[in-house]
Amino acid sequence: MEEILSTLINGLSLGGIYAMIALGYTMVYGIAKMLNFAHGDIIMVGGYLIYVFMATKNPLIAILLAVVGCVILGVTIEKIAYKPLRGASPLAVLITAIGVSYMLQSLAQIIFGSATQMVTVYEFGAVKLMGATVQISSLVTLGVTVAVMLALTLFVKFTRLGRAMIAVSEDRDAAQLMGINVNGIITITFAIGSALAALAGLFYLLKAPAVSGTMGAMPGIKAFTAAVIGGIGSIPGAMLGGILLGMVECISYKITAIAPYTDAIEFSILILILLVRPTGFLGKKRREKV
Amino acid sequence: MSEYVLETKNLGISFGGLKAAQDVNIRIKKNQLYGLIGPNGAGKTTIFNLLTCVYKPTTGTFYLDGEEMKGQTPHRINQKGIARTFQNIRLFNNMTVVRNVMVGLHNNPEYKCSVLESVLRLPRHFKMEKAMRERAKELLRIFDLEQERNSLACNLPYGKQRKLEIARALATNPKLLLLDEPAAGMNPHETEDLARTIRFIRDHFDMTILLIEHDMGFVSELCDELTVLSFGTVLAQGDTKDVLQDPEVIKAYIGG
Repeated sequence: MEEILSTLINGLSLGGIYAMIALGYTMVYGIAKMLNFAHGDIIMVGGYLIYVFMATKNPLIAILLAVVGCVILGVTIEKIAYKPLRGASPLAVLITAIGVSYMLQSLAQIIFGSATQMVTVYEFGAVKLMGATVQISSLVTLGVTVAVMLALTLFVKFTRLGRAMIAVSEDRDAAQLMGINVNGIITITFAIGSALAALAGLFYLLKAPAVSGTMGAMPGIKAFTAAVIGGIGSIPGAMLGGILLGMVECISYKITAIAPYTDAIEFSILILILLVRPTGFLGKKRREKV
Repeated sequence: MSEYVLETKNLGISFGGLKAAQDVNIRIKKNQLYGLIGPNGAGKTTIFNLLTCVYKPTTGTFYLDGEEMKGQTPHRINQKGIARTFQNIRLFNNMTVVRNVMVGLHNNPEYKCSVLESVLRLPRHFKMEKAMRERAKELLRIFDLEQERNSLACNLPYGKQRKLEIARALATNPKLLLLDEPAAGMNPHETEDLARTIRFIRDHFDMTILLIEHDMGFVSELCDELTVLSFGTVLAQGDTKDVLQDPEVIKAYIGG
């Protein structure tokens, strides 16, 4: 029983992290119609920024600066690398994104070396919850992700800007001719995505206090998987896919017999779901007209 | 303030060797209902794309209320006061009818409140959203769409989708409204109804309207002045009655 509860909480908090990253993928896909494969590496940059700014000895300042830094980086990447390719073939944009991803990883290794660095943001400790030992950092992660997802949903659903974002994702040209600044909306989307990635970087450090140049790669791919499972382009879909994948990962790790195959199991789920529902859980069905 | 709401000067564009439009000079006075007609492929929609800066003109320029508009971006053009509808309807299909119109109200300073106010859900946010929704409903009422305001745009019948497009364009508070084949695919009854609505918009909103249309009956009944395009050039221009009796125009339409 205790085991189940702690696995559940760990799964939810890991799922929350995946969901946060997946939101970045899915929003950028929905609005800019591109897959930003450099998104995972923003997590890594967030991790390193926290590592650097922990020199201030104040976790809150370090986190704040890391978020601001990632937002600036994300928006800059969009301006320099992706904006000139607006209207180019999707494949060109995809390759560019992969290039940006490798560039960020290599830059991190040039600056900080290839060895893993240790960084402790804050020691939360653990609590007993109905007999189970639960890391407080997991609860904090869970709480913050839920709050962020709620705020984002409200933002997109109920604000003028959110409505403009949906309009751009539905029909970019029509939105433009209704007076919506499409480039501005895309910039905001990248800013939000990067801020979420920076927070995801923070939560990774709370789980395992180590940063390395490639730390963003695996979470990036996993979150992308989550976004596709949930239906790429859909915000609730990204949340659903993230939570599902996090739960599966934690449960699989608990079962000794299948623990080594966890990653394989997660990606198999993607394949299975795509076989049954090619658009993911909440993705839009597109009927091709002949 | 210029005498003309819209004035184009030798406006033209080539795609490679093809001159899709050349030397188009159109002058539209305030409150006028102006028609742009011509056979298929004559360059009518091209003119609309030039006027909304979707295309950059190869030659010439155009003025809105005397202010040069060449080189603007499409969203700036809309903010300056030109709104349009599309030949093949382009609504935000998965949004409700009322939200489609609210997107049109996006830049209206009357309803602006900061992101912070919205995210923190301060009273001003609710006040602005409510005012915006009311305004959207008002616009929908004109087009007899108020009943359907909460259904998805894609579920509306064709004629109503066309009307919703006009309502959305009107919501951006334009000085000049461009309607691209508003009566396309409508039955005679709907067309008649639409003509009434367009006249009402002109009078009620003090609007200047430029419309593309194929239906000659519709055009002759509605428009004060016409420009006829054929293969990208102006074939005839002037009062509707005179233009429609011009032998050149009759030839271009009927052939022979």
